Amino acid sequence: MSSYSPSPHSSTVQRFFQQAPVRAAVIIICLIWTLPSVGMLISSFRSANQIRTTGWWTALAHPFEMSQWTLENYTAVLTADGMANAFANSLIITIPATVIPITLAAFAAYAFAWMRFPGRDWLFAIVVGLLVVPLQMALIPILRLYTNLGLNGTFLGTWLAHTGFGLPLAVYLLYNYISQLPRELFESAWIDGASHYTAFTRLVLPLSVPAIASFAIFQFLWVWNDLLVALVFLGTNPDVAIVTARLTAMVGTKGEAWHLLTAGAFVTMVVPLIVFFSLQRYFVRGILAGSVKG
Amino acid sequence: MAPVTVNPPPSQNTAFSLVRTALSVGIAGLVFMVLRWSFGFLKDRNAPQELLLNLYNWLGLEQAAATLSQSGLNPLTAKLMIAAVALLVGVAGVWILFWVANDLIGQLPERWREIIRPVVFVGPAIMLLTVYLIYPVINTTYTSLTENVLNVPKVVPTQFWESDSIAADMVTGSNITFVSYLINLDQFEIARVQFDNQSMLLIIRSQTVTDRDGVRSRAFTATPLGLRNYQFAFTSPEMRIAFRNNLLWLIIGTSGSVSIGLVFATLVDKIKREALAKTFIFLPLAISFVGASVIWKFVYAWQPAGRSQIGLLNAIVTSLGFDPIPWIIQTPFNTYALIVIMVWLQTGFAMVILSAALKGIPGEILEASRIDGATEFQVFFRIIIPMIRGSIITVSTTIFIAILKVFDIVYVMTSGKFETEVIANRMFVEMFTFRNFGRASSLAVILLLVVIPIMVINIRNLRKQGINQ
Repeated sequence: MSSYSPSPHSSTVQRFFQQAPVRAAVIIICLIWTLPSVGMLISSFRSANQIRTTGWWTALAHPFEMSQWTLENYTAVLTADGMANAFANSLIITIPATVIPITLAAFAAYAFAWMRFPGRDWLFAIVVGLLVVPLQMALIPILRLYTNLGLNGTFLGTWLAHTGFGLPLAVYLLYNYISQLPRELFESAWIDGASHYTAFTRLVLPLSVPAIASFAIFQFLWVWNDLLVALVFLGTNPDVAIVTARLTAMVGTKGEAWHLLTAGAFVTMVVPLIVFFSLQRYFVRGILAGSVKG
Repeated sequence: MAPVTVNPPPSQNTAFSLVRTALSVGIAGLVFMVLRWSFGFLKDRNAPQELLLNLYNWLGLEQAAATLSQSGLNPLTAKLMIAAVALLVGVAGVWILFWVANDLIGQLPERWREIIRPVVFVGPAIMLLTVYLIYPVINTTYTSLTENVLNVPKVVPTQFWESDSIAADMVTGSNITFVSYLINLDQFEIARVQFDNQSMLLIIRSQTVTDRDGVRSRAFTATPLGLRNYQFAFTSPEMRIAFRNNLLWLIIGTSGSVSIGLVFATLVDKIKREALAKTFIFLPLAISFVGASVIWKFVYAWQPAGRSQIGLLNAIVTSLGFDPIPWIIQTPFNTYALIVIMVWLQTGFAMVILSAALKGIPGEILEASRIDGATEFQVFFRIIIPMIRGSIITVSTTIFIAILKVFDIVYVMTSGKFETEVIANRMFVEMFTFRNFGRASSLAVILLLVVIPIMVINIRNLRKQGINQ
């Protein structure tokens, strides 16, 4: 356990054995963390009958026996269970709900960071306070408001709700970043006669791309994975339901049809996993920049 | 230094500046009209088809229009069109609005400019926050105090218009007893009343109401206010289970995720292929609560003893010679089984932050203590943990808040049955199944009360750091 202070005499072999317990522990934890997902992934390619009679791990004994693998579960889930439609709905909900808050939040974050106006400290304190307000507080009033405006069950209502709920985090993350930009940058721009607007569009926005990317990934994953907001404002009507709502409905109606549930679960996870793997760097940076989502 | 354009010098020509102002105002008006139109467009599922029809007719493509009105627009195309308009309006529209507003401000006298510009910059965000979070907090708190007391009509017909004591008249003959007036104005009254041996307030307001046929009229509304929803929340047997479970969730879930995350971060710090190992733990963070619930429901799957177990956990249990356990149904296992899912999801988050904090500890300190003869355990508990205390607290608070609001996992796995109820799930049930908005609101307020200390600390920290300038 002494990789911090390798004594000059220890050979590589010695170090290998010293590290063995640590390595074993790490591997065991990794295995525990991965097995549930692996089981789901493997099962989603097995036939209904096989899943019902034997554990998924038995398939690993002869993985190259191609006859045991099937894509039928996916075809069934995507067509009969409406997952394909839900998948389109999820994309349609998530992309605008991710993009729209960015402009609004960036303008506000710039003003909080670099403009002086009465009430600024108070307003920003409110934004920080709102970061941790439970979403549950907003459901009933917004639901009533939407009933009056005819926004229940519409994409518009859901986009706006996600925009409103995502704004505190967006303003906070972008403020943290924008306020750290060097003051000299702004001063020389202002001396050159640049207005706040020009400084914002020409200087701040291009420089804030990493922070914007971090927020966008957060918001994307949050909206895509959300169930509560979708259930309340969009509903379970298959025409508009998103993947999480669809999968929840499937759990309710086909509790033991594991071949469908596992395939359905994987369909809901594909996009977040792609986003996650391709943009992991920004995601981690966003987490480290302080994420306290309400 | 990034290039910065210089504002054009203000024009001396009044006619020119008048035209310019008119133009800006015109564009602003146009943008507003487009926004209003798009609001209607985005709401209406049939709008894309009508838009296309109009477009075809305008272009003179009568045949295309006829085909479209006959077969109807493909629903997916319609949805995509709505999304495209939303993106266009949400990005370009908002941007143009900012730009026009900024341009208009530029023509104001300097003193006004400095006052109004910040309003334009923060205004839209603050407005949305007000509608979606600030107003709801006030409204939900108010709703949580309203009672579902029988026999008091919510909307009262005009028979009381001439009365000076509407509240007192109104409760006559009902199961509510009038006590005294706190406020007795012409059309606004607050009265103290008694119901079921409990005292509460009755608020009478005159309001415009719309009936089912859309006819608007003036009427009185009577809203009883009291603490009966909270009485339910704190004393009913169902809620007692929910509180106990939430407490278990908070304690075991938070400490579980943070401690496993910390141990893993410490271990992985010492080996090669650190990034790869971390990815395995981190990965569940991208998975939805619903997805995770399905994954774990499969792990917990149960078959009667004697049949082959397809759930991983029961396969292990039976291979060790025990009887299979119905993890999701049998108390007290089931609540813990659900908490495990949360730990599985949140550990990666704790690990990432704590791992970054570990990297911030100077190597010399650890080395010095080891040379002085400290064991690895002493180093971990006496040096590493105190040095990253701040990060541990941040991580714990964030996970604490996430767990406090846990809903999806319980909703998907058990719907709160088999004594697995938690506050947030109960809130959803009260809201949707029972339509009891008062009770549901009181549960939401309880969740808010729990996070208020955290909110205060966050704001105080912000004050301490100070904000720019």
